Amino acid sequence: MKAILTGNLSRRTVLGAGIAAAGTLAMPAVLRAQDKSLKVGVYGGYFKKSFDSHIFPDFTKATGIAVESVAEPTGEAWLVQLEQAAKAGQAPADLSMMSQTTTLKGQATELWTPLDTSKFKHYGDLLPRFVNKYPDGRVAGIGAVAWWITLVSNTDAFKEAPTSWEAFWEADKKDKLGLLALASNSFLLEVTAKTFFGGTDMLSTDEGLDKAFAKLAEVKPNVRLWYRDEAQFEQALKSGEIPMGQYYHDVTGLAIADGFHVRSTFPKEGGIQDSGNWVLVKTSKKVDEAHAFIDYMSQPSIQGLMSRKVGTQPTLKKDVLDLTPAEFAAVSSDIEPIIPRYDLYTSKADEINQKWTELIVG
Amino acid sequence: MRREPPKTAADYAPLAFPALMLIVFFVVPFSIMIAVSFFKRDPAGFYKPAFVFDNYARFLSAFFGEVLGFSLMLAVTVAACCIVIAFPFTYLLTRRPRRVQTLWLVGLLSVLSLSEVIIGFAWSTLLSRTAGITNLLVAIGLMDQPVALLPTFGAVLTGMVYQALPYTILVLYPALVRLDPTLTEAARTLGASPVRAFFNVTVPALRNTIVATLIMVFVFALGSYLLPQILGRPRHWTLSVLITDQAIYQSNMPFAAAMAVFLVLISLSLVGLTLLVGRRENAA
Repeated sequence: MKAILTGNLSRRTVLGAGIAAAGTLAMPAVLRAQDKSLKVGVYGGYFKKSFDSHIFPDFTKATGIAVESVAEPTGEAWLVQLEQAAKAGQAPADLSMMSQTTTLKGQATELWTPLDTSKFKHYGDLLPRFVNKYPDGRVAGIGAVAWWITLVSNTDAFKEAPTSWEAFWEADKKDKLGLLALASNSFLLEVTAKTFFGGTDMLSTDEGLDKAFAKLAEVKPNVRLWYRDEAQFEQALKSGEIPMGQYYHDVTGLAIADGFHVRSTFPKEGGIQDSGNWVLVKTSKKVDEAHAFIDYMSQPSIQGLMSRKVGTQPTLKKDVLDLTPAEFAAVSSDIEPIIPRYDLYTSKADEINQKWTELIVG
Repeated sequence: MRREPPKTAADYAPLAFPALMLIVFFVVPFSIMIAVSFFKRDPAGFYKPAFVFDNYARFLSAFFGEVLGFSLMLAVTVAACCIVIAFPFTYLLTRRPRRVQTLWLVGLLSVLSLSEVIIGFAWSTLLSRTAGITNLLVAIGLMDQPVALLPTFGAVLTGMVYQALPYTILVLYPALVRLDPTLTEAARTLGASPVRAFFNVTVPALRNTIVATLIMVFVFALGSYLLPQILGRPRHWTLSVLITDQAIYQSNMPFAAAMAVFLVLISLSLVGLTLLVGRRENAA
C-alpha cells in the first residue's frame, strides 16, 4: 500500500488506478453537507478507505467541518494537476498527501501555502523529520503518514533473523534477493552509505555517490528480482521462491498475522523511513479549516488511532503517545532510522537515475 | 454498382468521420508527444516549453542503443516464433470440420480475455521453483530437484509468444480459410507430398498475409513492458519499460517522449523496409 505514496506501483497503474481515481474524483465522498468544509486529497485505495472510515467522520464530529475526500492519482501526476489548476486559480483539493520528493518539487514553484505552526497544539511534539520546511524556514508541510521499508526474510529459508543490511552482500544470498527497482523508491544508495560508509552525508559529493554505486554494484549477482510491483515480491517472499529482500514493514506484518512464514527485521543500521506530508495548495481559501485538520491529525490520540487502525508510524515523539510497547513495536522501532536523501532526487534526479539504470540493466 | 470517382465536396463527406477520429485520437496526441520531446526538462519541477535536442542527445548512447537493439530483437523473435507455430496450426485447423474449428476459435478468443497481468503472473507461477512445472518432472522422476525457470530470456519469450499467438491465429485464419483447396490438390496430383505441397504451394501463395502478420505481431510485441519485468531480469527489459520509468516514475516527460518518438520512427522504418522488399519481390 505504501508504494502508492511513493507512486511506484506498476500493478496498480496497470490495473487502472487512473480509472479508479477518475471514478472517485467524479463521485467525491461527501460525508455531511455543512457550512464549513474541506477537500482533502488522499492516496486512493487502502489509505482513502481507512481515512474515510476511521478518521474523517470523527473529525467532522469534533470540529463541524465536513470533509470531502478526493482520491489522488499515484505518482507525480497529482502534483502536475495541482500546478495546472493553481495556474487557473483552482484547487482540486485544499489539503493533499504529498510524498517528500513531490513536496520539494512543489516548493520550487511556491505551490504550498506556508503553515502557521502556532495553530498546532502539538507542533512541539512532532519529530523534526516530519516538518517539511522551505529553505528560508517557513513550514511547507506537516507529516501525514509514515512507514518503514525493512529487511524481510522467509523464516523457512533463513532460520536466523539477519541483523544487518550487510546480509544483502553476503555470498550465500546469490540469486535470492528481491529489491525495489528504482533509486528513488528503494533508497538503497542511502542503505549502502549508512551500512558501509558511516552515513548518508557522503552522497552529497559526486565521489561519494560513485563509491556508493560501486559498492551497490556488488549486490547485483544476489538479486533475483528488481520489482516495481509489490504483489510480485510479496508472493515470492511468502512462498520462499525469493527468500529475502526489502519490503514494507506493515504489509509484512499483515502477512505474518495471516500465518505466512516471513519476518520483518529492523537492521542495526536502521529501517528506511519514508513518509508523506499534508500540504496546503496556495489557491485554497480554506486556510483555517486546513490548519484545524492538521491540528486534529497531529494529536497523540489520533496518531495512536492511525497506528492501530491504519498501521502507520506516529509522527509524534514516543513519550506523548498512548501506544503500548507492543503496539509501538508493531509500527516502529527505537533504532535510529535511515532517512532518505530526498534532496538528491530533485537536484541530481537524472544523473542518479541514469547511473542506477545502467547499474541494474547493464 | 458502378464506382465513380468523387466529384463534389459532398462525395468526400463519408471520409469526414474517420478523418476526424484519426486526427483526434492519433494526429493530435502524437503531435503533442513530438512537441514535448523537444521541451526542456526541469528536474526540480516538470518541464518547460522550449526547443532543445537534449532529450535526443541523451538517448544516443551505447547504453540505450543496446536496449533498443534488444527490444527489436525480442519483437522479431516473438513474431517469428508466432508465425512458425501459428501458420501450420491454422492451416491444419482450417482442414477440420466446422464444429471443431468453432470450438478452437472460441477457446482462442477466451485467451484474449486474459490481461497481460494475469498472463505474467500465471507464467511466473508455472515457471517458479516452489510451484512450477519442474515439480511435476521431479514427481515422475525426470529431475532430482525443482528449479526456477525464471527470470530468463526463455521465460520472457514464452510469455510473449503465448500472449501474441491468439492474435496471430485470428489474423491468419480468414486468409487460410479462403485459400483455394484446388491449389494443394493440383500439387498433390502432380506428385508432391503433403509437406512439400504445404511449403511449395500454400506458404508462397500466402506470402503477403504472412508478412502482414509478422509486422502486426512485431509491433504488438514491441510495446510490451509488463511481461519482461515479471518474467525477465533487468537486462531483458525493453525500451518500453525504460520509457515507463521516465514518464511515470521520473516525471521526465520530454525524455520519455523522445524515446517513444525514436521507437516509433525505428519501427515504422523497419515496417516500411519490409513492405518495400516485399513489393520488389512481388514485381520481380
